[in-house]
Amino acid sequence: MSDLIKANGLTFGYDGSPILVDVSLSIRSGDFLAIIGPNGSGKTTLVKVLLGLLRPQAGRVEIMGKPIEEFTEWRKLGYVPQKATHIDPLFPASVEEVVGMALVSNRQILGAGRGRGSAAVLRALREVGMETYRGWQIGRLSGGQQQRVFIARALVTGPRVLFLDEPTTGVDAETQGHFYDMLDHLNQDEGITIVLVTHDIGIVNRHVTQVACLNQRMVYHGSHQEFCRSDVFRDMVSRGDHLISHEH
Amino acid sequence: MAGLLHYGFLQRAVLAGVFVAVACAVLGVFLILRKDAMIGHGLSHIAFAGVALGLFLNVLPLAAALAVSVAAALGILRLKDRAGLHGDTAIGILSSLGLAVGILLATLARSFNVDLMAYLFGDVLAIQPAEVWLSIGLAAAVLLVVFLNYAKLLFMTFDRESARVSGVKAGRLDAVLMALTAVTIVLGMKVAGILLVAALIVIPAAAGLQLASSFRMAVLIAGAVAVVSVVAGLAVSLELDIPASAAIVIFCFFVFAGLAGVKRKRLVKTR
Repeated sequence: MSDLIKANGLTFGYDGSPILVDVSLSIRSGDFLAIIGPNGSGKTTLVKVLLGLLRPQAGRVEIMGKPIEEFTEWRKLGYVPQKATHIDPLFPASVEEVVGMALVSNRQILGAGRGRGSAAVLRALREVGMETYRGWQIGRLSGGQQQRVFIARALVTGPRVLFLDEPTTGVDAETQGHFYDMLDHLNQDEGITIVLVTHDIGIVNRHVTQVACLNQRMVYHGSHQEFCRSDVFRDMVSRGDHLISHEH
Repeated sequence: MAGLLHYGFLQRAVLAGVFVAVACAVLGVFLILRKDAMIGHGLSHIAFAGVALGLFLNVLPLAAALAVSVAAALGILRLKDRAGLHGDTAIGILSSLGLAVGILLATLARSFNVDLMAYLFGDVLAIQPAEVWLSIGLAAAVLLVVFLNYAKLLFMTFDRESARVSGVKAGRLDAVLMALTAVTIVLGMKVAGILLVAALIVIPAAAGLQLASSFRMAVLIAGAVAVVSVVAGLAVSLELDIPASAAIVIFCFFVFAGLAGVKRKRLVKTR
């Protein structure tokens, strides 16, 4: 299978403090990749570099065969940032408006393509089980419901890859279970490649196919099965990393 | 007031006032939600320097104010990026500088006269036909640019990082929004005056945000509050023979207070 995203020798830091050092990574179509690692290991930074939000000091990123500087098909990438649910609760946006934002096209929001835009929004909301909340103000929903809406927003453009950064922070255990089942469905039934930044290696055991373990450098990058047999995994379990859940 | 509407000066005041106030209100909704509400105050102080420069150089004050305000708005963005300053600090620095330069130029030009007072306090009832058409044209252009970029501006206001991943050129849009705000502030000087024009940006938008459950509704309510305030403010001004700018802003505040009261009642009911 071809690489959808390929990173080579990425180095990034602030004011001389390294965050990523010579990190290489490849993501193939259909992968369910977990990026794991301790606090400050550079997980979120890596995702931001892969998405072009941060420019690395060294190294290069290719998306769908093109250098990131030449890549223009951003509709094919969906992103749910780490603090997605830390929104202003008084922001006057309806669920429908929040999902429709990602269309970034006036024609599909205000103009002639409005019907097509609405249909795409409804389809994405249905995908995450939130279609009955379409008229609700986003700030009135629970954290778990908001997270689903943000995933619908990431799905509305029909992406090939979905990036999620610590999506279940602050969400209760039952909702987390439903949430990961939904990601399984998107990956296995809809064929969407998923890149999940997580702190909880328990997730790795149950859902993902590939693992990238980061601690400024790439400590491990390969299949989930091999990871579970690796020393890295044994060390993490012995430290109790699967029990860690933290608030950012 | 209906009987007076056949007077040219009042027709011009209503036309220019309504267009400019709607542009202010629409931009205000974006600016408040971006936590940039004070940009209106900052740019109005800078516009004062532009007016003083125009009077000093004996060129059209409105044109000088436009050039200075747009340059300063882009300068504020640059100062934020290059010097790593918070937005309010950058606004504070350039607006104080604008006020200082304005006072200096006005003193040098010995032009603390009727012209300058008209810009400071607003004189919408004395607005000239050419100024009306200029105001309508520029306000319509501002609204058109907002309309054409509505989806991107909304996404960027709500979640800047995700908007960038979706291909929105956030830096470029920041510059567009700041330039539009500068143009609108300058247009609003004749309606509300340099000292009060920022109120047209903040108060109708804040009123719109009281009751809206969607962004579109917030923009529509803000626009409606702006129109009602200008028309009612002008009527009150004529009736009581008080300054139009003050009447418009005070009326606008009462509408805001009323809507805030309705919101409070709603919240109490839902508890």
